[in-house]
Amino acid sequence: MDFTFSEEQRMSAEVVREVLAEHCNCAALLKQLQTGVDRDDRAWQALRQVGLMGVLMPERVGGLGLGEVDFVLVAEACGYAALPGPFVEHAGVAGPLLSALGVHGSLTEKAAAAEAVVAIGHPINPYVADADLASALLLEHQGEVHLVLASDVKLTRKTSVDPFRRLFHPEWTPSEDTRIANRLQGLQLWDDALDRGALFTAAQCLGLAQRTVDLSVEYAKTRKQFGKPIGSYQAIKHLLAGVQVKIEFARPVLYAAAARMSHRDRCSRAAVSHAKCVSAEAAELGARAALQVHGAMGYSWEVDVHLFLKRALALDSAWGTQAFHRARIAQRLLKQPLGPEYTFTRELEHA
Amino acid sequence: MDLTYTAEQIAFRAEIRGWLAAHVPEHSLPSFDATREGFEAHREWERTLAGGGWGMVTWPREYGGRGVDLIQWLIFEEEYYRAGAPGRVNQNGLFLLGPTLMEFGTEQQKARFLPPMAAGDEVWAQAWSEPQAGSDLAAVRASAYRDGSEYILNGHKIWSSRAAFADWAFGLFRSDPGSEGHKGLTLVLFPLNAPGSTVRPIARLDGKVGFAEIFLENVRVPVAHRIGEEGQGWHLCMATAGFERGLLLRSPARYQIAAAKLVRLYQAHADEADPTLLAAVTRAWMDAESYALSIYSTACRLMQGGKIGPEASTNKIFWSELDVALHRTALSILGAQAELQPQGFDDPDLGSWLDDYLFALAGPIYAGTNEIQRNIIAERMLGLPR
Repeated sequence: MDFTFSEEQRMSAEVVREVLAEHCNCAALLKQLQTGVDRDDRAWQALRQVGLMGVLMPERVGGLGLGEVDFVLVAEACGYAALPGPFVEHAGVAGPLLSALGVHGSLTEKAAAAEAVVAIGHPINPYVADADLASALLLEHQGEVHLVLASDVKLTRKTSVDPFRRLFHPEWTPSEDTRIANRLQGLQLWDDALDRGALFTAAQCLGLAQRTVDLSVEYAKTRKQFGKPIGSYQAIKHLLAGVQVKIEFARPVLYAAAARMSHRDRCSRAAVSHAKCVSAEAAELGARAALQVHGAMGYSWEVDVHLFLKRALALDSAWGTQAFHRARIAQRLLKQPLGPEYTFTRELEHA
Repeated sequence: MDLTYTAEQIAFRAEIRGWLAAHVPEHSLPSFDATREGFEAHREWERTLAGGGWGMVTWPREYGGRGVDLIQWLIFEEEYYRAGAPGRVNQNGLFLLGPTLMEFGTEQQKARFLPPMAAGDEVWAQAWSEPQAGSDLAAVRASAYRDGSEYILNGHKIWSSRAAFADWAFGLFRSDPGSEGHKGLTLVLFPLNAPGSTVRPIARLDGKVGFAEIFLENVRVPVAHRIGEEGQGWHLCMATAGFERGLLLRSPARYQIAAAKLVRLYQAHADEADPTLLAAVTRAWMDAESYALSIYSTACRLMQGGKIGPEASTNKIFWSELDVALHRTALSILGAQAELQPQGFDDPDLGSWLDDYLFALAGPIYAGTNEIQRNIIAERMLGLPR
């Protein structure tokens, strides 16, 4: 039993945190909005330099051959920075799906090296994120997995409340040429992709939640009313303490879900859903507390609260709504043994 | 990260499970907070536990323990709650004073107080709060003034859990007459039956005498019963509070067992239950699991040399709120039956929900109110100004 991260795992997250603090701070985000560019290439190139694009892909295709525990802190750091763009889904979901499909050849290797972006159209999500930046799309048709070149897909932009979230409706024609996994293989592959998508979305939500608290604390220390910093009033203290409690008890759920993902059973999937529910709740609670603490400023574009609030709103239903995940948890608790000796259990047959 | 149990941990679980199966009383004992008889029945159980070497497994063998680590402690608790073993009448001693003595006591104090604590021969109460020192604990006025080799204790303590029937108390006293606030406080142990000590039980919300007030009039105790240095009392109390708020006093198994029972209760009533109740049941189970995962994570951190800090305050809020919500959900499932006292039910397994709900309502108040915990989180974790 060891519920701690290795030095290496902590270090790679720290490196990403530093890279993003430099290249994906609020000033950079606002500049990107003003200039209207699709992607801030500096942040993307800096992340490429860190070398985590193929983190969940095997070494034979140029990946690092690591697991979800090695990426969860990185995804959390991305959420903290409200990083836009395809990095988390590309490295955390599309990469391992491509590898699992055994698609050999240049696309997989290019994906591992981030020379090509692969977007993923999972049936849980109505739209494909960052599809316009992708060289190829992994798409679903009747349970099968299809790999489609960007040139063969017509994309229609859907506008999200989050100005950095680039959603697209793809129009494409499935064929024998595009199909790379049949319905039977697809079932497991899409399930695994859903778990990774939900897990790393949860991680981003948790990072977002902590960011909203940190922003609020900084503001509450300096903003004065009635002659004192507003952060000295219990009304503000208790509001933010409540968010921090929510975060503290979402974090170990997230990390344990990452550690158990390879079990791929009813229990580990419920663990991912648990992480998604509580992390998304923490992000929303934090964003709304931040809005309240910042007052009218928070409701404007003068401060950055709105960026985080909108991301929290978007990610809440990405990779499965609360209702979807709640139902997966209910399945586990109604159909598998309960009690403290089963905290880390695998699914038991004939339970 | 490796979230699997070692062979040693699995064997430990099997050992305690086997011992409990052979020793846990078939019928539950009468409450230790209602009558002297119930209290003494629980003391007997503590002696049985200690006889098996299970009194306080994390303590070194010389003090009546087994020297096991915190993961094994959690496994012990999981099996203890799973077996439905009696509540720990000496929890104030074992989980609060014990660790404080282990960290700050002298060798003589440990040898004198820990073995009878583990054996159930001396049951402890906490004597911190006073009528004018509740959330503002540093306002205590009860005094311990030095007179040669003794302290003379005077004052009025209140809300002392277990004090109605307990043998000893650990109290926070003002030892420096001119001092104010956190300074000049000292932690002193005293027997509740000492000449000059009067214990008056207080009826709790549920009618039991779970706590008492203590009147001290020139009670003399030897200086050797002081823990730590004179004037260090506040520091020691805060260390004790760290144990109180999480890992030791409220290990997660109790909530996980309650959540499992809640799921069974829901399943038994699923036909007539309001469909929204499944969401509340799922939430209760999730929260119990979240708490367990958090405590496992903390245990691993402590085993690698970490310390308990202000984040212990988040525990206290989380377990007390989940406990209330979980039991409130059970009452919702029971519907019109919910108001009935336990003996009103045919099924003894389901009958204690009301009792446990009333007890849960105390959670957000004792061990430092949740408002005080939120202040601690805001000021010491988040760095907001005082």
